[in-house]
Formats: sequence, structure tokens, C-alpha cells
Amino acid sequence: MPRESANRALADVALVACPNCDLLQRLPAITPGQTACCWRCGTVLWRRRVDSLNRTLALAVAAAVLWMIANSVPMLGLTTVGREAFTTVIGGADLLWQHDQQIVAVLVFFAAVLAPALQIGVVLLVLLAARRERLPAWIGWVLRHLPLTRTWSMIEVMLLGVLVALTKIAEYATVIPGHALFALFALVFVLAAMQSSFDPREVWSRMEWAQADARPSPSEPPREASA
Amino acid sequence: MSAPALTAMQQGLQRCETCGLLSRPAPGEAEGRCPRCDEELHFRKTDSLRRTVAYLIAAAICYLPANFLPVMTTTTFAGSESDTIMQGVVLLWSPTGWPLSLIVLFASIMIPSAKIVALLYLVFTVRRGSIETPGQRVRLYRLVEVIGRWSMVDVFVDTFTVALIQLQPLMSVQPAPGLFFFAAVVVLTMLAVESFDPRLIWDPASSKEASHV
Repeated sequence: MPRESANRALADVALVACPNCDLLQRLPAITPGQTACCWRCGTVLWRRRVDSLNRTLALAVAAAVLWMIANSVPMLGLTTVGREAFTTVIGGADLLWQHDQQIVAVLVFFAAVLAPALQIGVVLLVLLAARRERLPAWIGWVLRHLPLTRTWSMIEVMLLGVLVALTKIAEYATVIPGHALFALFALVFVLAAMQSSFDPREVWSRMEWAQADARPSPSEPPREASA
Repeated sequence: MSAPALTAMQQGLQRCETCGLLSRPAPGEAEGRCPRCDEELHFRKTDSLRRTVAYLIAAAICYLPANFLPVMTTTTFAGSESDTIMQGVVLLWSPTGWPLSLIVLFASIMIPSAKIVALLYLVFTVRRGSIETPGQRVRLYRLVEVIGRWSMVDVFVDTFTVALIQLQPLMSVQPAPGLFFFAAVVVLTMLAVESFDPRLIWDPASSKEASHV
């Protein structure tokens, strides 16, 4: 199949379209901490954050540590009439697999373990690369998958599910919360903070272009150079 | 600023869904590539309405077995017993457990059906070219997008109940066939949301506004 030809970029990079209503508008020169919204439908167009990249990097490192704890120690246990049982998050998916529910097992593993790991990994990789002046184009390939990992990363939903399961099980047995449960609880908040402090626009503005000669010059709008 | 409300598409510009850059396709072309990140560009998501409806039909078909087949089987000395999602909600109902029971009722039974109905309504109004309350309809879409993931809660409830209660021969819990269909409903409705292009909601209103300028 012939490859579509590349589009021509606009000279004015502050000109944007709303992702929800496609309204053409110019981004105002906002300062860090401010948010620009579409003036027709109110969708957030640009959330500029104070020291976005450094803070997000710190949160991503914290999230990575919490993720490792959450997936290496037991999450839940129970004792009843002298018997004990423990499970980890992965153990839950593994048991579904053993009971011939392979597809659901893969879904649980993806939503509770793999997608959060990819979400943290993408942010870490992009931010470490962003310490350089210019970002190589393959970072763009990595960054484009961030929304997908965010959609399918469901730790907060899993914790609610665990709470319901605990309430059910408490009728028959004594439930023992494991260390992973606390790590997961913290991870929900750290991931949310990481997501809201991250400003992908700042990263994209420093990316090498696929069509290097199409890059408008001057290459960066003045207000981003001061950040 | 009293600029006329014009959209990128009316100006012949495409917004990259990946990096947000606006660019102009080659003359006469409807598809192109983002000069910055090399993503394929279209004015609107390809076959958005048809794909959304297809996922919704698939989700509606799975919705019946998801609710009428058992999701868990509990085996004890006394024999084995299977529970559907609704029976799980009833079992959870107690003086202390009722708030969680309500959460499961909302997340597992009401949200999936409300999602299907809401998206069908959005597809229907876009097909008709409705120019009424586009702002509210986009908010409805965002709401469906945000709350949809919470339907997964019952999948996790069943996973961890099964994982913990393996106290053979005393008591053990196995997943049952309904669980697969329930997970399918959640995934299919999430894919339906993903396929829908909210800009279609605003398009009829945009072209009306532009024609008044």
C-alpha cells in the first residue's frame, strides 16, 4: 500500500483544535499552574504545570517502587479453622487461568499488573530521554501509547473489587490484609498525581520531527523556551 | 475576540490525535501523516459510527449471558451452588454490607446497560444531524468514558474470591461461564467508547454557525 504523504505543518504552533469539538483556536500564553480550556465546549486543551518534568519523574520513580512491592508480596490472606491461604495480584490471575478462564485471566493480569507497569515505564523512559535538549523520534512512538495504558490500567477498580470480596469472605473466615494492599492503595494516588503533573505538550515540543525539514522555524514558541 | 466559530476540518486542517499538532494534508487528500510524530491522520475517526454500533451490538448480545449465567460456583460439603451477578448483589445485602451491594449493583448491572443506551442515543443524534445541546451530549460522552471502567469491579471481586477460597475439601470457589461474558461486555463497551468520535456531535452545529458568518 502506498504510504500517505506527510502533511504540511502550520507556521504558528500555538494554533490548536479542540479534541472534542474541533474548534480552531489559539492557545493563550498561560503561566505554569494555569489551564487553558476550549472556549466553546470547555475541554481542557493545555494544563501547564510547575516544573512538570522533574516532579513527574519523581512520582514515576515512586510509582515504580510501589508497583514492585505490590507485585512481590501477598495482597490478601485468610485464616479459618486452622487453615491459612494467601494470594498475590498475579496469583489471582493465575488461579483463573487454572480454572479454564484464560481470557479473563489475561484481562485481569493486563488491567491490574501489566498496564500500570507500562504506564509507569512509558513515563519513566520519556522523562529520562527528555533530560536531553532534543528528543529522538522513537520517544514519540513510545509516548503515543500512554493514553492506551492509562485507559486499561485499573488499580483503583481492582481495590474496590478487593474490598467487596473481603466483605463477602469475612462471613466465613478472618481476613488478613497483606503489605501489597497498602502499596496498591498508595499507588492509586501516586499514579493519579503522576498523570496530572505530566505535560505531554512540553515533551512533544522538543521532539525531533519525522519530517525534519517541515519543522517550522523558529522551532519553539517563546513561552516554552522560558519554562 | 469575535472570530467566527470555525473548526479545523472546515479550514482543511487535521489535528493529530497523538501529539496534538495541526497540519494541512496535500491538496485533495483526505488522509495524511503527521509531520511531527508520523501518525496517520484523518479528519474524523474512520467509520466511527459503524464501528461503535458494531461493538454495541456485540456488547448487547453478551449482556444477556453475562447476567443470566452464573459467574461463580461455590462447593462445600453440602454440595455446590452457582451465583449470577444479581444473586451476588443480594448475598452482599446486609446491615453492614449494603453500601457495597449498591456499588456492585450500579457498577455491574446499571452502568453497562446505561453505557449501551447512552452511546446508542449519541450515535442516533449524530446520524440525524442534530444541532441541539451538543455541549451536553459531549459531557454525556465524557461521563460514559470516565465511569465505564468501574464495571470491571465484579471481574476483580470474582477473581480474588476464587483466589482466596480454595480450602478443599472444606469450601472452594470456581469461576463460572458468565464471568467470560461479563468481562466481554465491559471490554466491548470500552472499545465502543474508544471508536466514537465526539467531534461528530459538534459538526452539524459547527457548519450551521459557519454558514451564518
